[in-house]
Amino acid sequence: MKNTWLAAAAGVVVIAGVGYYLTQTSSQVEDVADAEAPAEADIKMGVILGFTGPIESLTPQMADAAELAWTEINEAGGVLDGLTIGPVRADSTCIDNGAATAAAERLITGDGVVAIMGADCSGVTGAVLANVAVPNGVPMISPSATSPGLTTAEDNGLFFRTAPSDARQGEVLAGILADKGITEVAVTYANNDYGKGLSDSFISSFEANGGSVTINAAHEVGKGDYSAEVASMGAAGGEVLAVLGYADQGGPGIIRAALDSGAFDTFMMGDGMFADSLVEALGADMEGSFGAVPWAEGDGADAFAAITEAAGVNGDSSFTRESYDAAALLALAIQAGGSADSASIAENVLAVANAPGEPILPGELGRALEILAEGGDIDYVGATNVELIGPGEAAGTYREYTITDGDYETVQFR
Amino acid sequence: MDLLNAIVALLNFVIVPATAYGAQLALGALGVTLIYGILRFSNFAHGDTMAFGTTITILFTWWFQSLGVSLGPLPTALLALPFGIAGAALLMLGTDRVVYRFYRAQKAVPVILVIVSMGVMFVYNGLVRFIIGVDEQRFDDGDRFIISARDFKEMTGLDEGLALKSTQAITLVVAAIAVALLFWFLNKTRTGKSMRAFSDNEDLALLSGINPERVVVVTWLIVAALATVAGTLYGLDKGFKPFVYFQLLLPIFAAAIVGGLGSPLGAIAGGFVIAYSEVMITYAWKKVAGYLLPESLEPDGLAQLLSTDYKFAVSFAILVVVLLFKPTGLFKGQSV
Repeated sequence: MKNTWLAAAAGVVVIAGVGYYLTQTSSQVEDVADAEAPAEADIKMGVILGFTGPIESLTPQMADAAELAWTEINEAGGVLDGLTIGPVRADSTCIDNGAATAAAERLITGDGVVAIMGADCSGVTGAVLANVAVPNGVPMISPSATSPGLTTAEDNGLFFRTAPSDARQGEVLAGILADKGITEVAVTYANNDYGKGLSDSFISSFEANGGSVTINAAHEVGKGDYSAEVASMGAAGGEVLAVLGYADQGGPGIIRAALDSGAFDTFMMGDGMFADSLVEALGADMEGSFGAVPWAEGDGADAFAAITEAAGVNGDSSFTRESYDAAALLALAIQAGGSADSASIAENVLAVANAPGEPILPGELGRALEILAEGGDIDYVGATNVELIGPGEAAGTYREYTITDGDYETVQFR
Repeated sequence: MDLLNAIVALLNFVIVPATAYGAQLALGALGVTLIYGILRFSNFAHGDTMAFGTTITILFTWWFQSLGVSLGPLPTALLALPFGIAGAALLMLGTDRVVYRFYRAQKAVPVILVIVSMGVMFVYNGLVRFIIGVDEQRFDDGDRFIISARDFKEMTGLDEGLALKSTQAITLVVAAIAVALLFWFLNKTRTGKSMRAFSDNEDLALLSGINPERVVVVTWLIVAALATVAGTLYGLDKGFKPFVYFQLLLPIFAAAIVGGLGSPLGAIAGGFVIAYSEVMITYAWKKVAGYLLPESLEPDGLAQLLSTDYKFAVSFAILVVVLLFKPTGLFKGQSV
């Protein structure tokens, strides 16, 4: 009998302890949330990026750039006559669809965000869109998901991206070949979603232009020996070899083996192959090879560099420009629609992004807010010359380059 | 003329690259097979041993280059090779002293040693990245080609070029020398014979007065030399990248098992079987057939048996077939 009492007493103590622990931790969680989204923020926006995982070195700068846009708007007096915007960050992990979905769910149901800047990688972006954004009717703008598959994803008009789709890159590459009068190419792609998607889109555009592909061979990234692939591509022939892979994983191995065996002298490269290390190693032998890479130039890029420098944010890192533009578009869409309601934001993104209207560069968000408040129209140019086409994705500016004297030389922008 | 073109095309794209690749795999597989035969476990750290030996070789190559020392048309790395071997040997003896000897004294079953070698693999893996970084390094110098495809075309007037890289020739010559030395050592010297005796029957060897620790030390030294030579040749030919060496483990093990684990001759045969199967079965025969067949019979398609996606599947299919019908491998090694 005594033992029973003891056990019961112990049980009560344990339950009390656990209960106390839970209340403590939940209040700590709230503290953290409060710190991220200052109490004075009237409108909350989600920033869901892979703060852990394969691109964790890029995401902090991307988030900083996005938040810089909102800070700029708050300092200009906020949207809708003085309402401020505050960010809530969440981790997409880049690769774990389940974790990304849970994080996005928390942003919407827990933190009450009205729109999402993100996600980053194509896979988790698709998952967040299908599982969270669409069911809750929350708009999202991804700064970095480039998979062509997202173009046709069921999005109810809620999904936009400021990074160009690889489908667009396929058209650009096919266009370069058409200008050069090249009609027969061999293709090799990195055997993953990126390489396969890009190769499919390139081949369909190229064949639509009347070109023919002699062979479409996958290569595994990170292997050392590509004799088999190069042997098959050499046998299939073609005027150039299109390499749609990575500059640090496999691509150089393919090019070196093709050069050494005399199979190909000229190469066309996708955006993943653009790297200084490539021309340093092989540039001298690749004279006349060419390719395309997404590029930002002009007044928008200069203005962005100026404001990031002033704010102490790293603006040279990959996708920071796209992140700033994504965040700015969401905020401007609130002002244009006159409401911080998710549906209203989704309806107005395309209106503020595209012509007609007054062109807006980074650092001019305050002016944009005034024009919108007066009922005027703006054409957000931003850091990346934003022009949303099709179902709401960046047309994207690509730099066409050739390799001349062992270095990249710009031919034109397309 | 067409016949010559067909032969040259085949040589250039299949025979020459596959032979060089096969020699590199064979040297790697020899190391694996020796450890299996004498120390009786599958050494998963072998790929990273190759990477470590190559790293040291590269560091010495850079040092020699900075001093202006060179071998003329030959790559400086050959001069640095003995230092790389010494570095790898020190590391392996150190590992044996700290790790493997403990498990040997316990008479641990082979599967435990395999897992231990995986741990060693990760340590080596980190060590190499720590020393030289994760990026690709090129350290070849001297003449790149014995004959380049363009020169060959001009010389012979054929439509097809034949490129022979100096690294490919060096690979074959060095591999032949290394294998000859190894076989001479195993068959003719007293230490070599005691190693084979130890491999055949450990208890009997101990009874006849063979010192097991000495056999173990010599084995590690030979393996360090083989691994460093294989790694350096591979790096000269295709560039050095730590991650790639880690991935080499798979074809090397396939080669050793196809040939028969524990059989040196089998390791060499296995290396070439794996290399040729990867290149030949996925080769597009369109060009060769175009030269050989009359126009009416020329294939429209690529005449490719399997797409190159399946090249690893091919070597592992061969592995499975060999194990099904000859569990000891082609050359009567030990069954796994």
